Amino acid sequence: MIAHAIFFYVFSLIAIVSAIMVTVSKNTVHSVFFLILDFISISCLFIMVGAEFLGMIMLIVYVGAVAVLFLFVVMMLNVAQQTNQWLLSEVSSGHIPIGLIISTLIFFELIIVIGGWKYKPDIFISNNSTISSEISNTHSLGQVLYTDYIHIFQISGMILLIAMIGAIVLTFRQREGVKKQSYIKQISRERSEGVEVIEVPSNKGVKIDD
Amino acid sequence: MTEIGLGHYLTLGAVIFTIGIVGIFLNRKNIIVILMSIELILLAVNINLVSFSIYLNDLSGQVFTLFILTVAAAEAAIGLAIIVVYYRNSGTIRVEEIDKLKG
Repeated sequence: MIAHAIFFYVFSLIAIVSAIMVTVSKNTVHSVFFLILDFISISCLFIMVGAEFLGMIMLIVYVGAVAVLFLFVVMMLNVAQQTNQWLLSEVSSGHIPIGLIISTLIFFELIIVIGGWKYKPDIFISNNSTISSEISNTHSLGQVLYTDYIHIFQISGMILLIAMIGAIVLTFRQREGVKKQSYIKQISRERSEGVEVIEVPSNKGVKIDD
Repeated sequence: MTEIGLGHYLTLGAVIFTIGIVGIFLNRKNIIVILMSIELILLAVNINLVSFSIYLNDLSGQVFTLFILTVAAAEAAIGLAIIVVYYRNSGTIRVEEIDKLKG
């Protein structure tokens, strides 16, 4: 139990500090690195608490895909414009105190909700998806994911498909002046628009390109 | 102190949620950091769902965490695509200069 406590405090401390560093660090690339650290420590917490599948999926999806995507975009855009200086900005920093006050209020509201939270012990007994200790976490997740939640699962697949199509459509751009082969144009070419019979006057010649 | 319960995990979720809110409120320069703050908020929601799922012995929380993960990935992809297109069209991604809809 003491090991659990030590690991919890270490991982949550790393997570909180790196979450703060995500928002306050000046360089956006450093922000992405701290975001990766945050995700890794939270997924370590998930694995520690018994949700191994989610911890691993979080590593793969967030660290492997989303954070790399962020890093890609940060490095693709103009880095000089992305300096993050909200604490020391000389122009229009009047919104900082009221923002801090509202954030503190939100935090204390959340803490009050957690502190006063009680649940009826018999309200969750009659569900059909309890965690059993005989089979592994991945096994039990798969058992409910493909039976009880199959429609939501397929809808989430549709969401990913639509996101992919949307990202491609948004960033696709037709460039000017690039020579491309259009096979529909090639196939549907007729003789009348390809060949022309010209009456050539003698001693004059003919101009081909006009 | 050494007994880690549900309250500890919920407090961690609350702290990370609040840090995400602070990042959105106080950031006036960089829109990519705002997207990262949204990711932090979704992460806090995931922490809450997983800890409730473990401590109430109910698997539904983990299933919904999986779906939130899906939606977060889709949201990040679309948001970054919009940022790239906006940067290509207007040449800036500073938050205080994005005021075309001001009229």
